[in-house]
Amino acid sequence: MNETIPDKATILDWLEEVKDPEVPVLSIIDLGIVRDIRLQDTDLEIVITPTYSGCPAMDMIATMIKMEMAAHGYPGARITTILSPAWTTDWMTEKGKQQLKEYGIAPPLPKQQGCDQRLFQEAAAVQCPRCGSYHTQRISEFGSTACKALYQCEDCREPFYFDCAISKVAFA
Amino acid sequence: MKALIDYTLHLADNTLILAQRNAEWCGHGPVLEQDIAITNITLDLVGQSRSFYQYAALLLNNGSTEDSLAYLRTEREYKNCLLMELPRGDWAQTILRQFFNSAYQYYLYQYLQQYNDPQLSAIAEKSIKEVSYHLRWSSEWVIRLGDGTEESHERMVQALQTLWPYTGEMFIPAPYETELGIDLAAMQVSWQLKIKAVLEEATLDVPEKIFMQQGGKAGIHSEHLGFLLTDLQYMQRTYPGCEW
Ligand SMILES: [Zn+2]
Repeated sequence: MNETIPDKATILDWLEEVKDPEVPVLSIIDLGIVRDIRLQDTDLEIVITPTYSGCPAMDMIATMIKMEMAAHGYPGARITTILSPAWTTDWMTEKGKQQLKEYGIAPPLPKQQGCDQRLFQEAAAVQCPRCGSYHTQRISEFGSTACKALYQCEDCREPFYFDCAISKVAFA
Repeated sequence: MKALIDYTLHLADNTLILAQRNAEWCGHGPVLEQDIAITNITLDLVGQSRSFYQYAALLLNNGSTEDSLAYLRTEREYKNCLLMELPRGDWAQTILRQFFNSAYQYYLYQYLQQYNDPQLSAIAEKSIKEVSYHLRWSSEWVIRLGDGTEESHERMVQALQTLWPYTGEMFIPAPYETELGIDLAAMQVSWQLKIKAVLEEATLDVPEKIFMQQGGKAGIHSEHLGFLLTDLQYMQRTYPGCEW
C-alpha cells in the first residue's frame, strides 16, 4: 500500500481503465460521471454521479473504481455518489461520443430537441451510426437495457441503438 | 426531524410499491416494446426509491440501510398512498395509474427542486427528466386506449371508476407534510388541469367530485399491501442478511 497520494491527473489516467459495464468502449471519464477527485492528506475521495436514477451499473462501477485504485496501491479510496447537479450529455468527452458512434450506438443529438410534453411527436432525427443517414425510424422508445432506444436506418436497414439515458437529457 | 424522515419514507414507499406492482408485467406485457417500456419505467422508480431510502437511512442514523428500510419494515410502517398498492389490474388500469402517478411526480419534483432541503431537491432534480418521459409515454397510452377501440375504451372507463377514488389521497396532507409546509394545494391544481386535458383527448369523462379513500400515508393500508410485501420481502425474511 502506498503512503504518498498521487496527483489528480494520474488518478484520472487510471480511471480511464474503468469502463461502463453496459457500453464497454466508454470509460467512466468519457461518460463524464466522475465529478471530482478530492485529496486531503492521505484521504482520497472519488465523487461520481449516475446517468439516470435507476442505473443498475452504478454499484458495479463503484466497485470497479475501488478495484482499480487498489491495483495501484490505494485500497482505501472512498467513493461518494452525488445527484446534483444532474448529469448531462455535455459532460461526455468528444472522444467518448466518437467511440459511441463507432460502437454502433448513435451519439447524443448535436442540439437540444424540444419535444417535452407535446404528445405523439415524431421522434427526433437520429443519425445512423453505420452510413450516416438521418433517414431513420424509431422502432421503440425503450430498448434491451434501460438506457437504449431502438432505431432502424431506412437507407442501409441497419438496426441500431440510441442511448436514451443520454437522449432523456437531450430531449428534455 | 421526525417529519422529514416520515416524508422521505413516504416518497420512497410510493415509488417502491408502484415499481413492485409494475414489475409484475415483466415478461407479460401486451407487446414486447411495451413490456420493456413499463419495466424500464419500473427501474427508474426503483432508482428513485433507493435515493429516498438512502437519505432516510442517513437521517435515521440508527444502523438502518436502504435495504433494511425496504425489506424489513411491516405493513403499518409503510407510508405509500393506497393508489400505489392496488392490484395491477389489466393493461388499462396499469397505464392509467402510471399516468396519475407520473403527472403527480412531475409537479411534485418541480416543487421539491425549489424546496429548502438540499438532498430532496437533488433527488427531484435527478428524477424529473425520467418522470417527464414517463408522463409523455403514459399520456399517449391513455389517449390511444381511451380513443381506441370499443373494448379499449370500455376498459379505460372501468379503470377510471376503479382508480379515481384513490387519487385524492395524494393531495390530502399527512401530518408530516403539513409540518414541513409541503404545498399540495398548488400541485393539485396543476395535476387536475393535466388530467382533464389528457382524459378529454382520450374521450373519457372527467369524474365528478366523489368521496376519496385515504389511509396509506398514515400506515393504514388495504389488504393488498400485505400480499405485495410478502412477495417483495420473501428473500430477506427467509434468509436474513442474504446478499447477491
Ligand atoms: Zn444507415
